Amino acid sequence: MLKELTKGFFKRNPIFVLMVGLCPTLATTTSMKNALAMGMAVIAVLCCSNTIISLVRRVIPKGVRIPCYIVIIAAFVTIVEMLMKYSLPLEVSEKLSIFIPLIVVNCIILYRAEDFASKNSVAASLLDGLGMGGGFTLAVLAVAAVREMVGNGTVFGLKLATAYNPVAVLTLAPGAFIVLGLLLAFLRWRSLRKVKAYAFVPAPRPAPGAQEVTA
Amino acid sequence: MFEHMPSIIIGVVLINNFVLAQFLGLCPFINSSDKTDKAFSMGAAVTFVMTMASFVTWLLYTYLLKPDAWLLKKLFAGTMIPQIGLQAVLQTAVYILVIAALVQLVEIFLKKKIPVLYRSMGIFLPLITTNCAVLGVALLNTSYAKMQLTLLEAVVQGFFAGIGFTLAMLLMSGVRERLSRLNVPEPLRGAPLAFIGTGLMALAFLGFAGMG
Repeated sequence: MLKELTKGFFKRNPIFVLMVGLCPTLATTTSMKNALAMGMAVIAVLCCSNTIISLVRRVIPKGVRIPCYIVIIAAFVTIVEMLMKYSLPLEVSEKLSIFIPLIVVNCIILYRAEDFASKNSVAASLLDGLGMGGGFTLAVLAVAAVREMVGNGTVFGLKLATAYNPVAVLTLAPGAFIVLGLLLAFLRWRSLRKVKAYAFVPAPRPAPGAQEVTA
Repeated sequence: MFEHMPSIIIGVVLINNFVLAQFLGLCPFINSSDKTDKAFSMGAAVTFVMTMASFVTWLLYTYLLKPDAWLLKKLFAGTMIPQIGLQAVLQTAVYILVIAALVQLVEIFLKKKIPVLYRSMGIFLPLITTNCAVLGVALLNTSYAKMQLTLLEAVVQGFFAGIGFTLAMLLMSGVRERLSRLNVPEPLRGAPLAFIGTGLMALAFLGFAGMG
Protein backbone atom coordinates (compact mmCIF):
# COMPACT_ATOMS: atom_id res chain seq x y z
CA MET A 1 0.00 0.00 0.00
CA LEU A 2 2.84 2.35 0.85
CA LYS A 3 4.11 1.87 -2.68
CA GLU A 4 1.08 3.75 -4.01
CA LEU A 5 2.22 6.76 -2.02
CA THR A 6 5.89 6.77 -2.89
CA LYS A 7 5.78 5.84 -6.58
CA GLY A 8 4.63 9.37 -7.50
CA PHE A 9 7.63 11.04 -5.90
CA PHE A 10 10.40 9.75 -8.13
CA LYS A 11 9.76 6.55 -10.06
CA ARG A 12 6.61 7.79 -11.80
CA ASN A 13 6.95 11.50 -11.17
CA PRO A 14 4.14 13.15 -13.15
CA ILE A 15 6.33 15.89 -14.59
CA PHE A 16 9.80 14.50 -15.03
CA VAL A 17 8.83 10.95 -16.00
CA LEU A 18 5.25 11.00 -17.31
CA MET A 19 5.50 14.56 -18.71
CA VAL A 20 1.92 15.55 -17.99
CA GLY A 21 0.71 18.83 -16.51
CA LEU A 22 3.45 20.96 -17.96
CA CYS A 23 1.63 24.30 -18.25
CA PRO A 24 1.45 25.14 -14.53
CA THR A 25 4.97 23.77 -14.04
CA LEU A 26 6.32 26.49 -16.26
CA ALA A 27 3.92 29.29 -15.47
CA THR A 28 3.89 29.21 -11.68
CA THR A 29 7.57 28.54 -10.98
CA THR A 30 8.78 32.14 -11.04
CA SER A 31 9.20 31.92 -7.29
CA MET A 32 9.17 29.08 -4.77
CA LYS A 33 6.22 30.63 -2.94
CA ASN A 34 4.04 30.46 -6.04
CA ALA A 35 5.21 26.94 -6.80
CA LEU A 36 4.37 25.76 -3.28
CA ALA A 37 0.89 27.29 -3.49
CA MET A 38 0.30 25.64 -6.85
CA GLY A 39 1.54 22.30 -5.54
CA MET A 40 -0.78 22.47 -2.54
CA ALA A 41 -3.74 23.27 -4.80
CA VAL A 42 -2.98 20.26 -7.00
CA ILE A 43 -2.54 17.95 -3.98
CA ALA A 44 -5.88 19.08 -2.56
CA VAL A 45 -7.78 18.62 -5.82
CA LEU A 46 -6.09 15.32 -6.67
CA CYS A 47 -6.72 13.75 -3.23
CA CYS A 48 -10.38 14.82 -3.15
CA SER A 49 -11.15 13.84 -6.73
CA ASN A 50 -9.36 10.49 -6.45
CA THR A 51 -11.24 9.64 -3.24
CA ILE A 52 -14.68 10.58 -4.56
CA ILE A 53 -14.17 8.92 -7.94
CA SER A 54 -13.00 5.76 -6.24
CA LEU A 55 -16.10 5.87 -3.99
CA VAL A 56 -18.53 6.15 -6.88
CA ARG A 57 -16.62 4.04 -9.39
CA ARG A 58 -19.21 1.25 -9.39
CA VAL A 59 -22.16 3.65 -9.78
CA ILE A 60 -20.98 5.60 -12.85
CA PRO A 61 -21.92 4.00 -16.19
CA LYS A 62 -18.91 3.31 -18.41
CA GLY A 63 -20.11 5.43 -21.34
CA VAL A 64 -20.38 8.73 -19.49
CA ARG A 65 -17.54 8.30 -17.03
CA ILE A 66 -15.27 11.02 -18.44
CA PRO A 67 -17.90 13.82 -18.21
CA CYS A 68 -18.72 12.62 -14.69
CA TYR A 69 -15.05 12.78 -13.67
CA ILE A 70 -14.76 16.25 -15.17
CA VAL A 71 -17.75 17.52 -13.18
CA ILE A 72 -16.37 16.06 -9.93
CA ILE A 73 -12.95 17.58 -10.61
CA ALA A 74 -14.48 20.94 -11.56
CA ALA A 75 -16.38 21.03 -8.27
CA PHE A 76 -13.22 20.57 -6.22
CA VAL A 77 -11.29 23.04 -8.35
CA THR A 78 -13.98 25.65 -7.71
CA ILE A 79 -13.75 25.07 -3.95
CA VAL A 80 -9.96 25.31 -4.01
CA GLU A 81 -10.13 28.43 -6.19
CA MET A 82 -12.40 30.19 -3.71
CA LEU A 83 -10.30 29.13 -0.71
CA MET A 84 -7.10 30.34 -2.36
CA LYS A 85 -8.59 33.64 -3.46
CA TYR A 86 -9.37 34.59 0.13
CA SER A 87 -6.41 33.03 1.95
CA LEU A 88 -3.34 33.69 -0.19
CA PRO A 89 -1.39 36.96 -0.26
CA LEU A 90 -2.36 39.09 -3.23
CA GLU A 91 0.96 38.85 -5.07
CA VAL A 92 0.77 35.04 -5.10
CA SER A 93 -2.88 34.72 -6.08
CA GLU A 94 -2.36 37.29 -8.84
CA LYS A 95 0.46 35.24 -10.31
CA LEU A 96 -1.47 31.98 -10.13
CA SER A 97 -4.71 33.62 -11.35
CA ILE A 98 -5.81 31.64 -14.38
CA PHE A 99 -3.82 28.52 -13.54
CA ILE A 100 -6.00 27.59 -10.58
CA PRO A 101 -9.18 27.11 -12.69
CA LEU A 102 -6.98 25.45 -15.30
CA ILE A 103 -6.28 22.59 -12.87
CA VAL A 104 -9.51 21.14 -14.32
CA VAL A 105 -7.77 20.40 -17.59
CA ASN A 106 -4.50 19.39 -15.95
CA CYS A 107 -3.79 15.99 -17.45
CA ILE A 108 -2.47 14.60 -14.13
CA ILE A 109 -5.87 14.76 -12.46
CA LEU A 110 -7.88 13.11 -15.22
CA TYR A 111 -5.09 10.61 -15.86
CA ARG A 112 -5.08 9.44 -12.24
CA ALA A 113 -8.89 9.32 -12.20
CA GLU A 114 -9.08 7.18 -15.32
CA ASP A 115 -5.98 5.10 -14.75
CA PHE A 116 -6.05 4.53 -11.00
CA ALA A 117 -9.03 5.77 -8.98
CA SER A 118 -11.61 4.12 -11.23
CA LYS A 119 -10.04 0.70 -10.60
CA ASN A 120 -8.74 0.78 -7.03
CA SER A 121 -9.95 1.03 -3.44
CA VAL A 122 -10.60 4.34 -1.71
CA ALA A 123 -7.56 4.18 0.57
CA ALA A 124 -5.21 3.30 -2.27
CA SER A 125 -6.66 6.09 -4.42
CA LEU A 126 -6.21 8.64 -1.64
CA LEU A 127 -2.58 7.58 -1.20
CA ASP A 128 -2.05 7.67 -4.95
CA GLY A 129 -3.44 11.21 -5.07
CA LEU A 130 -1.20 12.26 -2.21
CA GLY A 131 1.85 10.70 -3.84
CA MET A 132 1.23 12.01 -7.33
CA GLY A 133 0.37 15.47 -5.96
CA GLY A 134 3.51 15.30 -3.83
CA GLY A 135 5.57 14.35 -6.86
CA PHE A 136 4.11 17.30 -8.75
CA THR A 137 4.93 19.62 -5.84
CA LEU A 138 8.49 18.31 -5.65
CA ALA A 139 8.96 18.87 -9.37
CA VAL A 140 7.57 22.42 -9.43
CA LEU A 141 9.63 23.27 -6.35
CA ALA A 142 12.76 21.95 -8.06
CA VAL A 143 12.14 24.08 -11.16
CA ALA A 144 11.21 27.09 -9.02
CA ALA A 145 14.30 26.67 -6.82
CA VAL A 146 16.61 26.91 -9.83
CA ARG A 147 14.71 29.82 -11.32
CA GLU A 148 14.48 31.79 -8.10
CA MET A 149 18.02 31.14 -6.90
CA VAL A 150 19.76 31.90 -10.17
CA GLY A 151 17.27 34.35 -11.58
CA ASN A 152 16.61 36.39 -8.46
CA GLY A 153 19.24 35.36 -5.91
CA THR A 154 16.66 34.43 -3.27
CA VAL A 155 15.09 31.35 -1.65
CA PHE A 156 11.45 31.77 -0.59
CA GLY A 157 12.04 35.52 -0.82
CA LEU A 158 15.15 35.48 1.45
CA LYS A 159 18.33 36.91 -0.02
CA LEU A 160 21.17 34.39 -0.40
CA ALA A 161 24.11 36.73 -0.93
CA THR A 162 24.54 40.47 -0.86
CA ALA A 163 26.68 40.84 -3.96
CA TYR A 164 25.00 38.75 -6.62
CA ASN A 165 24.03 39.83 -10.09
CA PRO A 166 20.90 37.80 -10.90
CA VAL A 167 20.31 36.27 -14.33
CA ALA A 168 16.92 37.91 -14.71
CA VAL A 169 15.97 36.06 -17.87
CA LEU A 170 15.38 32.88 -15.85
CA THR A 171 12.40 34.45 -14.11
CA LEU A 172 10.90 35.41 -17.50
CA ALA A 173 9.12 33.04 -19.87
CA PRO A 174 12.18 31.77 -21.84
CA GLY A 175 13.99 30.83 -18.64
CA ALA A 176 11.19 28.48 -17.64
CA PHE A 177 11.55 26.42 -20.81
CA ILE A 178 15.34 26.31 -20.62
CA VAL A 179 15.46 25.34 -16.94
CA LEU A 180 12.90 22.57 -17.40
CA GLY A 181 14.75 21.27 -20.48
CA LEU A 182 18.07 21.19 -18.64
CA LEU A 183 16.53 19.52 -15.57
CA LEU A 184 14.92 16.85 -17.76
CA ALA A 185 18.22 16.25 -19.53
CA PHE A 186 20.06 16.00 -16.19
CA LEU A 187 17.60 13.44 -14.79
CA ARG A 188 17.75 11.41 -17.99
CA TRP A 189 21.55 11.52 -17.94
CA ARG A 190 21.52 10.16 -14.39
CA SER A 191 19.16 7.30 -15.16
CA LEU A 192 21.08 6.44 -18.33
CA ARG A 193 24.32 6.29 -16.37
CA LYS A 194 22.73 3.90 -13.89
CA VAL A 195 21.65 1.59 -16.72
CA LYS A 196 25.09 1.71 -18.34
CA ALA A 197 26.88 0.86 -15.08
CA TYR A 198 25.19 -2.56 -15.06
CA ALA A 199 25.27 -3.33 -18.75
CA PHE A 200 28.33 -4.88 -20.28
CA VAL A 201 29.91 -2.31 -22.53
CA PRO A 202 32.88 -3.52 -24.59
CA ALA A 203 35.78 -1.11 -24.53
CA PRO A 204 36.15 0.67 -27.86
CA ARG A 205 39.12 -0.55 -29.83
CA PRO A 206 41.62 2.31 -30.18
CA ALA A 207 42.34 3.55 -33.66
CA PRO A 208 45.74 2.50 -35.02
CA GLY A 209 47.24 5.96 -34.76
CA ALA A 210 45.86 6.73 -31.32
CA GLN A 211 47.95 4.24 -29.36
CA GLU A 212 51.20 6.09 -29.82
CA VAL A 213 49.70 9.30 -28.47
CA THR A 214 48.50 7.71 -25.23
CA ALA A 215 51.65 5.70 -24.74
CA MET B 1 -15.85 49.34 -32.37
CA PHE B 2 -12.72 48.23 -34.19
CA GLU B 3 -10.14 50.39 -32.45
CA HIS B 4 -8.96 47.60 -30.12
CA MET B 5 -8.66 45.01 -32.88
CA PRO B 6 -5.03 45.63 -33.94
CA SER B 7 -3.78 45.55 -30.37
CA ILE B 8 -5.76 42.40 -29.63
CA ILE B 9 -4.51 40.62 -32.74
CA ILE B 10 -0.83 41.61 -32.42
CA GLY B 11 -1.00 41.07 -28.68
CA VAL B 12 -2.32 37.55 -28.81
CA VAL B 13 -0.26 36.34 -31.80
CA LEU B 14 3.13 37.87 -31.03
CA ILE B 15 3.45 39.64 -27.68
CA ASN B 16 1.43 37.36 -25.43
CA ASN B 17 1.69 34.26 -27.59
CA PHE B 18 -0.24 31.53 -25.78
CA VAL B 19 2.54 28.97 -25.91
CA LEU B 20 5.67 31.08 -25.75
CA ALA B 21 4.66 33.77 -23.26
CA GLN B 22 1.63 32.49 -21.36
CA PHE B 23 2.46 28.76 -21.10
CA LEU B 24 -0.93 27.59 -22.34
CA GLY B 25 -1.35 24.44 -24.42
CA LEU B 26 2.11 23.03 -23.75
CA CYS B 27 1.20 19.33 -23.68
CA PRO B 28 0.04 19.22 -27.34
CA PHE B 29 2.83 21.64 -28.22
CA ILE B 30 5.55 19.29 -27.01
CA ASN B 31 3.80 16.07 -28.04
CA SER B 32 2.75 16.86 -31.60
CA SER B 33 5.31 19.38 -32.83
CA ASP B 34 7.78 16.80 -34.12
CA LYS B 35 6.33 16.65 -37.68
CA THR B 36 5.18 19.66 -39.70
CA ASP B 37 1.95 18.17 -41.09
CA LYS B 38 0.95 16.86 -37.66
CA ALA B 39 1.66 20.29 -36.17
CA PHE B 40 -0.46 21.98 -38.79
CA SER B 41 -3.45 19.64 -38.29
CA MET B 42 -3.29 20.08 -34.53
CA GLY B 43 -3.02 23.85 -34.91
CA ALA B 44 -6.00 23.99 -37.28
CA ALA B 45 -8.17 21.85 -35.00
CA VAL B 46 -7.25 23.95 -31.94
CA THR B 47 -7.89 27.24 -33.77
CA PHE B 48 -11.31 26.01 -34.85
CA VAL B 49 -12.37 24.89 -31.38
CA MET B 50 -10.94 28.01 -29.73
CA THR B 51 -12.97 30.30 -32.00
CA MET B 52 -16.19 28.37 -31.34
CA ALA B 53 -15.49 28.16 -27.61
CA SER B 54 -14.84 31.90 -27.40
CA PHE B 55 -18.21 32.59 -29.01
CA VAL B 56 -20.25 30.24 -26.80
CA THR B 57 -18.53 30.98 -23.49
CA TRP B 58 -18.74 34.75 -24.01
CA LEU B 59 -22.51 34.49 -24.54
CA LEU B 60 -22.92 32.22 -21.49
CA TYR B 61 -20.81 34.49 -19.31
CA THR B 62 -22.50 37.71 -20.33
CA TYR B 63 -26.09 36.53 -20.25
CA LEU B 64 -26.03 33.86 -17.55
CA LEU B 65 -23.01 33.81 -15.27
CA LYS B 66 -21.76 37.29 -14.46
CA PRO B 67 -23.35 39.51 -11.80
CA ASP B 68 -26.41 41.38 -13.11
CA ALA B 69 -26.65 39.12 -16.13
CA TRP B 70 -29.87 39.42 -18.11
CA LEU B 71 -31.03 35.83 -17.72
CA LEU B 72 -30.24 35.74 -14.00
CA LYS B 73 -32.45 38.75 -13.41
CA LYS B 74 -35.28 36.99 -15.23
CA LEU B 75 -34.86 33.64 -13.51
CA PHE B 76 -34.06 34.66 -9.95
CA ALA B 77 -35.85 37.99 -9.63
CA GLY B 78 -36.22 39.08 -6.02
CA THR B 79 -33.34 36.97 -4.67
CA MET B 80 -29.68 37.73 -3.98
CA ILE B 81 -28.45 35.60 -6.87
CA PRO B 82 -28.43 38.25 -9.65
CA GLN B 83 -26.26 40.54 -7.51
CA ILE B 84 -23.64 37.91 -6.71
CA GLY B 85 -23.71 36.12 -10.06
CA LEU B 86 -23.08 32.44 -10.65
CA GLN B 87 -19.62 33.04 -12.05
CA ALA B 88 -17.60 32.08 -8.96
CA VAL B 89 -19.50 28.84 -8.43
CA LEU B 90 -20.35 27.57 -11.88
CA GLN B 91 -17.91 29.12 -14.32
CA THR B 92 -15.25 26.39 -14.37
CA ALA B 93 -17.72 23.52 -14.62
CA VAL B 94 -19.89 25.20 -17.26
CA TYR B 95 -16.94 26.15 -19.45
CA ILE B 96 -15.33 22.74 -19.45
CA LEU B 97 -18.63 21.01 -20.20
CA VAL B 98 -19.34 23.45 -23.04
CA ILE B 99 -15.90 22.80 -24.50
CA ALA B 100 -16.30 19.04 -24.20
CA ALA B 101 -19.71 19.16 -25.90
CA LEU B 102 -18.39 21.47 -28.60
CA VAL B 103 -15.49 19.18 -29.40
CA GLN B 104 -17.90 16.27 -29.66
CA LEU B 105 -20.18 18.24 -32.00
CA VAL B 106 -17.32 19.35 -34.19
CA GLU B 107 -16.15 15.76 -34.43
CA ILE B 108 -19.60 14.48 -35.48
CA PHE B 109 -20.08 17.34 -37.95
CA LEU B 110 -16.72 16.84 -39.63
CA LYS B 111 -17.17 13.07 -39.82
CA LYS B 112 -20.50 13.49 -41.64
CA LYS B 113 -19.88 16.55 -43.81
CA ILE B 114 -16.16 16.96 -44.46
CA PRO B 115 -14.59 13.49 -44.15
CA VAL B 116 -11.33 14.65 -45.73
CA LEU B 117 -10.80 17.21 -43.00
CA TYR B 118 -11.94 14.70 -40.39
CA ARG B 119 -9.32 12.20 -41.45
CA SER B 120 -6.56 14.79 -41.28
CA MET B 121 -7.41 16.20 -37.85
CA GLY B 122 -9.79 13.61 -36.43
CA ILE B 123 -7.43 11.95 -33.97
CA PHE B 124 -6.45 15.31 -32.50
CA LEU B 125 -9.98 16.44 -31.77
CA PRO B 126 -10.72 14.41 -28.58
CA LEU B 127 -7.43 15.62 -27.10
CA ILE B 128 -8.47 19.25 -27.44
CA THR B 129 -10.95 19.04 -24.55
CA THR B 130 -8.04 18.82 -22.13
CA ASN B 131 -5.97 21.43 -23.95
CA CYS B 132 -5.58 24.25 -21.48
CA ALA B 133 -5.28 26.83 -24.27
CA VAL B 134 -9.00 26.41 -25.04
CA LEU B 135 -10.22 26.81 -21.47
CA GLY B 136 -7.56 29.48 -21.06
CA VAL B 137 -8.90 31.62 -23.90
CA ALA B 138 -12.44 31.25 -22.57
CA LEU B 139 -11.32 32.50 -19.14
CA LEU B 140 -9.18 35.31 -20.56
CA ASN B 141 -12.11 36.47 -22.70
CA THR B 142 -14.52 36.71 -19.80
CA SER B 143 -13.82 36.88 -16.09
CA TYR B 144 -10.02 37.20 -16.33
CA ALA B 145 -10.11 39.83 -19.10
CA LYS B 146 -8.10 42.99 -18.48
CA MET B 147 -10.84 45.09 -20.07
CA GLN B 148 -14.38 44.06 -20.91
CA LEU B 149 -14.50 42.61 -24.41
CA THR B 150 -17.37 42.68 -26.87
CA LEU B 151 -18.55 39.48 -28.52
CA LEU B 152 -16.66 40.27 -31.74
CA GLU B 153 -13.47 41.07 -29.83
CA ALA B 154 -13.74 37.84 -27.87
CA VAL B 155 -14.17 35.77 -31.04
CA VAL B 156 -11.28 37.58 -32.75
CA GLN B 157 -9.09 37.02 -29.72
CA GLY B 158 -10.03 33.33 -29.72
CA PHE B 159 -9.29 32.92 -33.42
CA PHE B 160 -5.97 34.73 -33.34
CA ALA B 161 -4.87 32.98 -30.17
CA GLY B 162 -5.30 29.80 -32.19
CA ILE B 163 -3.30 31.32 -35.03
CA GLY B 164 -0.54 32.19 -32.56
CA PHE B 165 -0.60 28.61 -31.26
CA THR B 166 -0.38 27.27 -34.82
CA LEU B 167 2.49 29.66 -35.60
CA ALA B 168 4.48 28.44 -32.60
CA MET B 169 3.73 24.79 -33.50
CA LEU B 170 4.85 25.25 -37.11
CA LEU B 171 8.06 27.09 -36.19
CA MET B 172 8.91 24.43 -33.62
CA SER B 173 8.13 21.53 -35.94
CA GLY B 174 10.51 22.98 -38.54
CA VAL B 175 13.25 23.15 -35.95
CA ARG B 176 12.53 19.68 -34.58
CA GLU B 177 12.45 17.99 -37.98
CA ARG B 178 16.01 19.16 -38.52
CA LEU B 179 17.10 18.33 -34.98
CA SER B 180 15.86 14.75 -35.35
CA ARG B 181 18.47 14.13 -38.07
CA LEU B 182 21.38 15.39 -35.98
CA ASN B 183 23.54 13.38 -33.65
CA VAL B 184 22.45 14.82 -30.32
CA PRO B 185 23.81 13.58 -26.95
CA GLU B 186 21.42 10.95 -25.68
CA PRO B 187 20.11 12.67 -22.52
CA LEU B 188 19.08 15.70 -24.55
CA ARG B 189 17.26 13.82 -27.29
CA GLY B 190 13.54 14.51 -27.73
CA ALA B 191 11.68 16.54 -25.12
CA PRO B 192 14.62 18.20 -23.28
CA LEU B 193 16.01 19.65 -26.48
CA ALA B 194 12.51 20.67 -27.57
CA PHE B 195 12.15 22.63 -24.33
CA ILE B 196 15.49 24.35 -24.72
CA GLY B 197 14.65 25.20 -28.33
CA THR B 198 11.29 26.58 -27.26
CA GLY B 199 13.07 28.66 -24.65
CA LEU B 200 15.33 30.19 -27.28
CA MET B 201 12.30 30.89 -29.47
CA ALA B 202 10.51 32.47 -26.52
CA LEU B 203 13.59 34.65 -26.01
CA ALA B 204 13.20 35.91 -29.58
CA PHE B 205 9.48 36.51 -29.04
CA LEU B 206 10.32 38.46 -25.88
CA GLY B 207 11.56 41.15 -28.24
CA PHE B 208 7.96 41.83 -29.26
CA ALA B 209 7.09 42.79 -25.68
CA GLY B 210 8.29 46.33 -26.32
CA MET B 211 5.60 46.73 -28.95
CA GLY B 212 2.75 46.70 -26.43
